[in-house]
Amino acid sequence: MYLPDFEYYAPESVAEACQLLAQFGEKAKVLAGGTDMVVKMKNELLAPEVVVSVKNLEQLKKVEYVAGKGVSVGALCTHNDLVKSDVLKEKFASVANAARQMANNQVRNRGTIAGNIVSAVPSADLPPVLIALNATAKLVGAKGERTLAMEDVFAGPGKTVLANDEVLTEIFIPEQKMTGSNYIKFGLRKSGALAVVGVAVAVQVENGVIKDARVALGAVAATPVRAKKTEEFLKGKKVTDDVLAEAGVIASGECKPISDIRASAEYRTDLVRIFTKRALRKAVDEGHV
Amino acid sequence: MSSFVVDKKGIKRYAVTIGVNGSEYTKVIKANTLLVNFLREDLDLTGTKRGCELGDCGCCTVMMDGKPVNSCLVLAMDCDGHEITTAEGIQDGEDLDIVQEKFVEHAAFQCGFCTSGMIVSSRALLNENPNPTDHDVREAIAGNLCRCTGYVNIVAAVLDAAKEL
Repeated sequence: MYLPDFEYYAPESVAEACQLLAQFGEKAKVLAGGTDMVVKMKNELLAPEVVVSVKNLEQLKKVEYVAGKGVSVGALCTHNDLVKSDVLKEKFASVANAARQMANNQVRNRGTIAGNIVSAVPSADLPPVLIALNATAKLVGAKGERTLAMEDVFAGPGKTVLANDEVLTEIFIPEQKMTGSNYIKFGLRKSGALAVVGVAVAVQVENGVIKDARVALGAVAATPVRAKKTEEFLKGKKVTDDVLAEAGVIASGECKPISDIRASAEYRTDLVRIFTKRALRKAVDEGHV
Repeated sequence: MSSFVVDKKGIKRYAVTIGVNGSEYTKVIKANTLLVNFLREDLDLTGTKRGCELGDCGCCTVMMDGKPVNSCLVLAMDCDGHEITTAEGIQDGEDLDIVQEKFVEHAAFQCGFCTSGMIVSSRALLNENPNPTDHDVREAIAGNLCRCTGYVNIVAAVLDAAKEL
């Protein structure tokens, strides 16, 4: 399989990348790991006339702990960078675990966190857990920068709110009051499978009572979604099996999945019920985010 | 930015320098050249196979700076200044690498089409983790599909190779 012709630029700075994107507008596409974009180009779903490769932006390849504030993840960290990051393993193990469940080793070595977000595939593994942990995305454009809540980045399947000249440069996961978090992916195989359903939860439990909760669902709507009714239901409740089971029922009522080659809508809805309950139980029992 | 020339049709061709198996190659290529095609067509290194060409099967696995990647999804342009190791580069001169030897010994292939990729993934694993468990090996080769063997002999070959590192 061969790709159609395009022009290629490899800017040395984010500012230069934004300039190129502003200059070429709709014709240009940013290329990071390519594990999604090159496939789309081969399938003729994308045909950029200009490819702006971010290969030289070394400054976006770091995971750093900012004392008292949280963890900054450079947009070009690959999934395996996240899996192997000591900072993430210590502070946000659930994010490293979600990254480990993506595709296979070869894809994890190339596919970046920014690509996983910006390609806006509804079944992507990282967005639900990042939403549950209240992460933010920093977008830098030719005219300035802005920071959005992770859940506000997505506009639909394959669509984000990024302007033509904007690049995602950093994902920031704030220091948590949450005492536990977890992401459960259900795929049809252990490796190399898209999520049929992905459920991420974060809970703050004190003396057996849920003070705060965030629940994010993947692969059951056009974008990753918060299950806000489920979150409201959980707040102030004691942790019991019945409460967690009831939360699962509410979450399954909040999702709007489609039927496709991987699963029917009914099956996905029922999986949300089960996995919300299990993810909550794990987040409570494991006691770390 | 690498230098380029423009042909009669107005298509740019860029000069890249890519390290492959310990040698540096400077070539003039089109931006749409995929790494797998650069290796096979520009360098005649046909050990790297084209399989699904969509990043699912792992036949085209090579190491990029020591890490296994699907060369069908990497632009050769993005390899400018990087080091690629193919199945040919794993071989130690005229001698087979221990992983290759053990694949032969355990008959860890039938048709052989997945073997180059399997060996690159296995070698990358052993470089990072010389004492892998059965599970580690299966994780490392999860992105390499073999439709003949059922993987049992492949896993046995890699575990056996690890013992002799």
